[in-house]
Amino acid sequence: MSEDINVKDGLRESATFDRTTMTEIRRAAETGIYDIRGFGAKRKLPHFDDLLFLGASMSRYPLEGYREKCNTSVTLGSRFAKKPIVIDIPVTIAGMSFGALSANAKEALGRGASIMGTSTTTGDGGMTPEERGQSSKLVYQYLPSRYGMNPDDLRKADAIEVVLGQGAKPGGGGMLLGQKITDRVAKMRTLPMGVDQRSACRHPDWTGPDDLAIKIQELREITDWQVPIYIKVGATRTYYDVKLAVKAGADVIVVDGMQGGTAATQDVFIEHVGIPTLAAIPQAVQALQEMGMHRKVQLIVSGGIRNGADVAKCMALGADAVAIGTAALVALGCNHPKYDEEFKQIGSAAGFYDDYHEGKDPAGISTQNPDLMKRLDPVEAGRKLANYLNVLTLEAQTLARACGKNDLRNLEPEDLVALTVESAAMARVPLAGTSWVPGQKY
Amino acid sequence: MKTIDLQEHTVRDLNQALHDQAGECTIREWEVLEPKGQHNIACGLDQSLAVDIKGHAGYFCAGMNKKAHVTIFGNAGQGVAENMMSGTVRVKGDASQAAGATAHGGLLVIEGNAGARCGISMKGVDIIVKGNVGHMSCFMGQAGSLVVCGDAGDALGDSLYETHIYVKGSVKSLGADCIEKEMREEHIEELTELLNRAGVEEDPTAFKRYGSARQLYNFKVDNASAY
Ligand SMILES: Cc1cc2nc3c(=O)[nH]c(=O)nc-3n(C[C@H](O)[C@H](O)[C@H](O)COP(=O)(O)O)c2cc1C
Repeated sequence: MSEDINVKDGLRESATFDRTTMTEIRRAAETGIYDIRGFGAKRKLPHFDDLLFLGASMSRYPLEGYREKCNTSVTLGSRFAKKPIVIDIPVTIAGMSFGALSANAKEALGRGASIMGTSTTTGDGGMTPEERGQSSKLVYQYLPSRYGMNPDDLRKADAIEVVLGQGAKPGGGGMLLGQKITDRVAKMRTLPMGVDQRSACRHPDWTGPDDLAIKIQELREITDWQVPIYIKVGATRTYYDVKLAVKAGADVIVVDGMQGGTAATQDVFIEHVGIPTLAAIPQAVQALQEMGMHRKVQLIVSGGIRNGADVAKCMALGADAVAIGTAALVALGCNHPKYDEEFKQIGSAAGFYDDYHEGKDPAGISTQNPDLMKRLDPVEAGRKLANYLNVLTLEAQTLARACGKNDLRNLEPEDLVALTVESAAMARVPLAGTSWVPGQKY
Repeated sequence: MKTIDLQEHTVRDLNQALHDQAGECTIREWEVLEPKGQHNIACGLDQSLAVDIKGHAGYFCAGMNKKAHVTIFGNAGQGVAENMMSGTVRVKGDASQAAGATAHGGLLVIEGNAGARCGISMKGVDIIVKGNVGHMSCFMGQAGSLVVCGDAGDALGDSLYETHIYVKGSVKSLGADCIEKEMREEHIEELTELLNRAGVEEDPTAFKRYGSARQLYNFKVDNASAY
C-alpha cells in the first residue's frame, strides 16, 4: 500500500484491492490479454537483507581489512572439463540474449566482465562477434529454442550452459515480441522479421534427466571434453533438481531464484512461480553435500543480487559464485534518472521501467532501435560495470575478513543469523540472538 | 579407408579420430563396426568425410554434423542429425523421435519411418522420410523442407513458421496454424529436386503441400484458444 499525501486522512486503502491491483483489473478488462513485462519479481520476498553476519570478536579472529589477503578467485568446472574456467572474482554476468539487449549492451557486459577477469554469458539468440570479441571468458547458452545454435560457436565457448529454466519463469519458454525482431535479430534466429518469437519451454530432442545425461555427453564429445558444462535451473524443487543435474553429469549448477530478472514474461509468471533465492541455496547445498559433491560440482546462484553483502551471504550459504543480470544492467545505465522525461513519455518512470519487450528503452540497453542503441557507449558502460563489480568484490571481502576468512569460500552458514522467522527457516540459520532454526533444532 | 570397431574402441576414441580430420584431412572414408546402439556416434564432425555405420546407432548420432556424409546401416535413436549444419545423413532403417531436430542445413534421408517430432524446430535442413512420421512432426519448424512419402501423425506442423511440408499419404491431423496449401509449379520443382537429391523415386504431383497460415505470428487476443 502506498503512502500518498494526496489521500485525505481517514480514507483507507484496501490491502487486498490496493491501487496496483485495481489498475491491473482495469487493464485486463480493457485489453483482454495478460500483462507481459521484463525485470524480476517486484513483490517483497524474504531476501538477503533478512540475514546478518556475526563479525568476529572474542570467539573468532578477524583479518586485517587492508593488509591480510582474502582470496576471491574460483575455479569452475573441475569435475570433468579439461579446461575449467578460473574467474578472478566470484561474480559472473548471467545469460541475457542479444535481441533482448542491444549489441552495444552485450559488448559493454563483455568489456566490464573482462576487465575484472570474470565471465559473461550469451542468451537465447546465439553468440554475437561483439560479445565473443570483448569477453575473455564466455559461457555459451544451450537453450530449448536453439536459435543461432551452431557447433562453431559451441567450440568457441569457454563453457556451455544447458538452460532448463530461469527463476523468473520456471517452466516457461522465452519470448521476444515482434517489435524487437529486427533484420539482424531475425537472421540470427532464422525467423521472419517482426514476428513474435515464442520460444519453446522444453528442449526439442530430449526429455527427462536420463536423456539429459546423454545430451551432455554429446556436448562433451563435440567439444572433445575441453570445456565445463553447466546446467541452469529456475528455483522450484531445487533439492531434487540439483541431485538430478549432478547425476546427469553437470560440472557446474546454476540456480536462479524467483527474483531473477527476465527480458519478457507474463507478470503472473514472474510474481507467482518459483521460490526465493534465499530458500533455494540451502536446498541446493544439501543436495550437493549428500552426494559428496559440494565444491566438486560448483554452485552458481542468481536472482536479486545487488551488493557485496548479497554476494557474501550467498557464499556463506554454500554457493561458489553468483551471477547478476538486473544489477549489471543498472550499472550500465538501465532505468537511469537522466532519462526520466523520456520514461514518462512512454508511460513509465526512471526506476520503474520494466517494459523491456517493447524495445523503446531510452537508455539504449533493452532495445534494437539504432538511434536509442547509440546512446550507450560500450566502452564507458563497460568501465562502469567493472567499477560496480569491483565494489561488489571489495564489499564481500570486507565482510569475509570481518568474519576471519581469508577466502570468500570459507564463509559458512555459521557466520549468519536471520532477522525473521521466515528467513531463518528458509536459509536454515538461527534467528538472531537465539539458537532456533525453525524446522530443524530447538 | 579406416575401420573402427566399437567393441574394441570407445565412442570417444572414434569421435576424437574423426575430429582430428577437421584440420588436415588424411583419411576420407571411415567404417564403424558393431555400434550396438551406442550414443553420440560421429557427432560434431567438421570435414567432408564419408562415415558408414554398420549397425544400429543410439541417441544423437551425427549430431551437429558439418560437411560429412554419414550413413547408418540400421536404425537410429533419438535426435539423429540434430542441429546438422551441412552434409548428408542417411538412415537405412527407422529413426526414433526428434530426427533432424533444430537442424540448420544439409540433407537428412530416412529410408524407413521416423518417430514423433521429426524435424522439430528445424531451421533450414531438408528432411526426406520414405515411410511415415509420428505426431508433432515439424513442430515450430522455421525453415527448410520436410518431405513425407508415407503418412503423417497427429498435429503436423503445429505452430509452424516457414518450413515447407510435403506429404504423399494421409495426415492424421494438422497442428495449430498449419494449413494445406496450393501445390504450384515452383513447389513441384522444389519437391522434384528434393526427391532427386535424396535418391527417392516418387511422383511429386502425388504430394500435398502444407504450410503456415501465419495467423499466430503476432499475438492476437482473438487467437487465444489456438495457443
Ligand atoms: C534482459 C534479460 C534477458 C535475459 N535473457 C536470458 C536468456 O536469454 N537466457 C537465460 O537463461 N536467462 C536470461 N535472463 C535471466 C538471467 O540470466 C538471470 O537468471 C537473472 O537475470 C538473474 O537475476 P537478477 O536479474 O536478479 O540478477 C535474462 C534476464 C534479463 C534481465
